[in-house]
Amino acid sequence: MAGWIATLVVLASFIVTVLVFASVAGEPASSRLHVENWFTWLSSGQLSIGVGIQVDPLSLTMAMFITGISTLIHCYSVGYMEHDAQFSKFFVYLNLFVFSMLMLVLGENLLITFLGWEGVGVCSYFLVAFWFTRPSAASAGKKAMIYNRVGDGGFLIALFLLIDKTHSLTFTTIFSRLSQLSSADLIAVSLLLFVGAAGKSAQLPLFPWLADAMEGPTPVSALIHAATMVTAGVYLMCRVSPILHLAPDAGHVIAWIGVATAFIAATIGCAQTDIKKVLAYSTVSQLGYMFLAVGCGAYDAAIFLMLTHAFYKALLFLGSGSVIHAMDDEQDIKKMGALRKVMPLTSATFFIGWLSIAGVPPFSGFWAKGDVLSNAWVVSPALWAVGAFTAILTAYYMGRQYLLVFLGDPRWKETGEGSLHPHDAGWQMSMPLIVLAVLASFGGLINLPFGSHLTFLDSWLSPDVGSSLLHNTDSTLQLWLFGIADAVFAIGGASMALALWRNYVNRPALEPRFLSMAWFLDASIDRFIARPSSALALFSATIVDRQIIDGAVNGVAGLFKVSASKLRRVQTGYVRSYALAIIAGLVIMVAYFMIRSGL
Amino acid sequence: MTVNASWYLTLAAILFTIGSVGMLVRRNILVMFMCIELMLNAANLTFVTFSRVLNDIGGQISVFFVLIVAAAEVVVGLAIIVAIYRRRVGATADDQHLLKG
Repeated sequence: MAGWIATLVVLASFIVTVLVFASVAGEPASSRLHVENWFTWLSSGQLSIGVGIQVDPLSLTMAMFITGISTLIHCYSVGYMEHDAQFSKFFVYLNLFVFSMLMLVLGENLLITFLGWEGVGVCSYFLVAFWFTRPSAASAGKKAMIYNRVGDGGFLIALFLLIDKTHSLTFTTIFSRLSQLSSADLIAVSLLLFVGAAGKSAQLPLFPWLADAMEGPTPVSALIHAATMVTAGVYLMCRVSPILHLAPDAGHVIAWIGVATAFIAATIGCAQTDIKKVLAYSTVSQLGYMFLAVGCGAYDAAIFLMLTHAFYKALLFLGSGSVIHAMDDEQDIKKMGALRKVMPLTSATFFIGWLSIAGVPPFSGFWAKGDVLSNAWVVSPALWAVGAFTAILTAYYMGRQYLLVFLGDPRWKETGEGSLHPHDAGWQMSMPLIVLAVLASFGGLINLPFGSHLTFLDSWLSPDVGSSLLHNTDSTLQLWLFGIADAVFAIGGASMALALWRNYVNRPALEPRFLSMAWFLDASIDRFIARPSSALALFSATIVDRQIIDGAVNGVAGLFKVSASKLRRVQTGYVRSYALAIIAGLVIMVAYFMIRSGL
Repeated sequence: MTVNASWYLTLAAILFTIGSVGMLVRRNILVMFMCIELMLNAANLTFVTFSRVLNDIGGQISVFFVLIVAAAEVVVGLAIIVAIYRRRVGATADDQHLLKG
């Protein structure tokens, strides 16, 4: 019951969002910005922060795809979580997540966005650590929380800087006062916001938490750690695009970090054996592409990739959820194989997901990734080259995963002692797969690069990000060349996977420990940051706190104790000695006055 | 030889000295109490003397205050002394050092 109520509520918000979309789309492009301010939350001096929402093409796009994908994943969860003891609680968290995410994208000022930002963070914590009796899940939840705090530090400092310079946090007001910021301020604000975005969207060096976040239930991984929450950073960057536009140096940093993340995560994805970890690193990699687009000033390309990525990555995660469900909670792809015959629907939809993320035409990923890469070329061919190489890797590691899971020999028969009878799941889980497969196949239609009458998404977003775009007008020849190159990369990577993994299960040479251990990033952070911090904390607790601070307090008390025990001997209890003291005092006083008066 | 103010003041000083020395050297609480009275009256004598010399009534008014305070002190002090003598006969002031730190 709880599951269906939750699903229907989200479906209702999707319908409302579509209705709002229809009415806003009917207005002329220049008047599509609606700010609804409900009340003043806090006001201090020149600063006044209200509570309200902002509806414009960007926030509507986000709201629509969040509620849409959420509806599908809620429906899927009803089937997936069927036998879980905490079924109702799961949907409470999931709905709370959707609420926070909508607050994040609809907020009319950065503080409301920040509230939503923290809200999705805490929901992520709840849901990653959902099976909290497992120590690994509990610590993965904490890890997600702590990594995000690092990013939030940057976000908060950016907010303080903006309050200091513009006396406002409202988006429209900030953008109208950008002239009050020096170029150093602009770069600082851009990069600090990017630090926040890097935490939430798992960019270098803050990405290890996302792989661990796969401890949560698979629908959570699909919704939060692939489709929606982790794209919040990209949304934030697009939302503040007028600031980034004025800080091109910060843009270069973002682009390079993005493309480096995309490349590193893709190489790690090549050597993972957990079905969900492959997808997790591919998510990090795709998010890297989105930041590449942001850094290159191609905000509409970033949103385009975000939308199509939401379709195919949610599809892949839900597909992997079906596989895990069918394999009785086995996640090791080496122990799967030949599931194509017993799970035809999952296999077919996963196949579409693979082709889509690989960028095989005409699936949606081809158009979105092509858009990003051609924009990267305009900024720097080096960025394009790394991005293109990553595209080959993407097609390769996803192909490896598909081959190991769905083709080859049924290795699960050996380990499962014949007790496993994998099959496609019920309609609650199949229906979202089909819908997402259709979206992943045809999602590219929203932004075809053949003339301005077909770039629906670009024109729709232009009131928000149009003025910040780096103008990139490819000739038809360039367009075709890029298209052919992307298709060759995708098909090349996919055939590489086919050639290398068709008949093999274990190829240690292709799965070096360096890659399966994620470039030792996690271990280095543990070694060079976590352990010194723990040592410092221990030092503070035992030496600084117990000996220096407590020592000072106890020392003062001890001083008084000792001096009092000496001083109390003055109190003899003999009346004559008190009288003598009085007389002595009298004599001294008289002598003093006599000397002072000159006698 | 006229008896002028300095005679009175000298007498007061002698009385005060006797009182204070007695206060310091005697152990009997009753005698110490009388020494206090002696010192108070030495002070009174000084007040009266200066009141006459300076022709100012203020000094004599101060004497009244001192007398009243002395009377009150005698009431409380004697009560305490009687209470102490009831508990231990012949006790001297030095035996009462309960307030020793």
